[in-house]
Amino acid sequence: MMITQAPNATRRKWVDRFMRGLTVAATLLALIPLVLILGYVVVRGAGALNLAFFTQAYEPPVIGAGGEVSNAGGVLHGIVGSFVIVSLAMLMALPIGILAAIFLAEYPANSIATAVRFCTDVLSAAPSIIVGVVAYVLIVQRTRQFSALAGSIALTVLMIPVITRTTEEILKLVPHTMREAGMALGAPKWWLTLTVVIPTALSGIVTGVLLAFARATGETAPLLLTVLGNNNVSVKLLEPMAALPLLTYKYTDTPFPAQNQLAWGSALVLTLLVLGVNLAVRWATRSRAR
Amino acid sequence: MAHAERLSAWQVVQRRTKHGDTIFWALTLFFALLVIALVVAVGYVTWAGSSEARARFGLGFLFQTGWDPNAQNFGALPAIYGTLVSSGLALLFAGPLGILIGVFLSELCPARLKQPLSFLIELLAAIPSVIYGMWGIFVFVPLFKSLVASPVTKAVGKTIPLLSGPVGTGRGVLVAGIILAIMILPTIAAITRDVLAVVPNHQREAMLALGATRWEMIRTAVLPYARAGIIGGLMLGLGRALGETMAALMVIGSIKDKIGGSLFSGGITAASLIASELPNANDDLHASTLILIALVLFGITLLVNVFARLLVWRAARGPVGSVRA
Repeated sequence: MMITQAPNATRRKWVDRFMRGLTVAATLLALIPLVLILGYVVVRGAGALNLAFFTQAYEPPVIGAGGEVSNAGGVLHGIVGSFVIVSLAMLMALPIGILAAIFLAEYPANSIATAVRFCTDVLSAAPSIIVGVVAYVLIVQRTRQFSALAGSIALTVLMIPVITRTTEEILKLVPHTMREAGMALGAPKWWLTLTVVIPTALSGIVTGVLLAFARATGETAPLLLTVLGNNNVSVKLLEPMAALPLLTYKYTDTPFPAQNQLAWGSALVLTLLVLGVNLAVRWATRSRAR
Repeated sequence: MAHAERLSAWQVVQRRTKHGDTIFWALTLFFALLVIALVVAVGYVTWAGSSEARARFGLGFLFQTGWDPNAQNFGALPAIYGTLVSSGLALLFAGPLGILIGVFLSELCPARLKQPLSFLIELLAAIPSVIYGMWGIFVFVPLFKSLVASPVTKAVGKTIPLLSGPVGTGRGVLVAGIILAIMILPTIAAITRDVLAVVPNHQREAMLALGATRWEMIRTAVLPYARAGIIGGLMLGLGRALGETMAALMVIGSIKDKIGGSLFSGGITAASLIASELPNANDDLHASTLILIALVLFGITLLVNVFARLLVWRAARGPVGSVRA
């Protein structure tokens, strides 16, 4: 190979330095958009946060005498909507995801388990808009009504693969001796799964659930096809509802700076949620060997 | 019955039912099968929902331009072109960068910086896509327009059609490609890092012992060994770019009826076309056509992802990409 001596040694040294420098440059380059996005969201978003932002719903823009627009209202309807939609999705995704994971981790491998693993991969790889289309066809088209429930179901489908895969991985890390000890005492399998295995793996399961929560909270595309949006605070599951990511989208493409402000504010709230969850997960798993 | 009080809770429950294990197993099996049923439902619903459009247009509509729902004139070619070009550009930008980052994190980074830097890069993947779109509209598009798009079209737009104007609002396929590149960068970097981490150390030691520099060692002994996994990572990134909806919708310019010949001209992607029109689709054929596009998109992303995962699995002997992707 290229073990030739002195003549090209200088060139090789410089190529080495250049390429190593290039990898550093690439890493720094990737951090630029991160800093820019977070910086803009924090600075512009912080300016939007005030009492009205959290306590008012949509208000029609008032155009003043000089053409300036004031009275933008707030995003209370979005906060309430996101909370309702995501909570309901969590309630549905938790049992499905965790019980499916127990099936994968606690029972002998078989062809059904292989198929389930493949399907969780398919679900996590499927573009979220596709899941939105399915919820739209099955629920919105049938009932002729956009609804928060349809949005929750779409988000449930998006959360399930995250919860299932992380829970399965964590359950597999629970030492076998614990299960054997329980069995030796005569406990039936279902009992020791619920009282020994799950509590042991709880912090890991919570990690997966939090990641799924973060993913679902920021999802926009499926909500566009299902919950549509609503200018008022609403908690009716069978009617259109507002959601923070939808407001971010809607208020970005308006000519009113006051509404653009609300978009930045909503983005900041979303970012803080996602960032908070990721930092918490990182803090909680810091001691676990990866 | 004083004896009964000494029974543990599970013994009491077990006395009530002797079939606890069977019931529990059946319960977990039910939810596991539900996951399979969801995938079947996605396939079936998009297939059944698009029957009207398939019967009316056949596959030919994938290769037609023109989009006018009121005249029932549908052609998916602009959406397919926009999807492929924006995703291709994203891969072109993010591919080399992501591999370099993966190499740095796995081979060259000081141990103390490894975890924090990995975390920061992966944070890019956690930011919701609507925020990318919003940042794109308010910050990146105006900046890109004044610094790159306008000067470039003025200088070489007349001679190179690919770089011709008009720039308009600044939204277009190139901008979409760049935003998508930022979004898929962490996927590619993280998977490259993970597949490089499982390259055996004797590969590196042998090359260094022969007198290779660090870079020569990486190029000749590490990267070829991990090639399949890296290609898998690139394809997972591509799969993510193909299906990305909100960011693409917001910065690509929503030109649905024709293909602009320039990188600066507006376009549309399959996913963003669905997102922008399906909620307002009033007649069945319009909805059915959009569902057909969803079916095609689902099929393509599925193929790309299955192939990618096979490569990554073989390289890393574990589901490296499953959580991060």
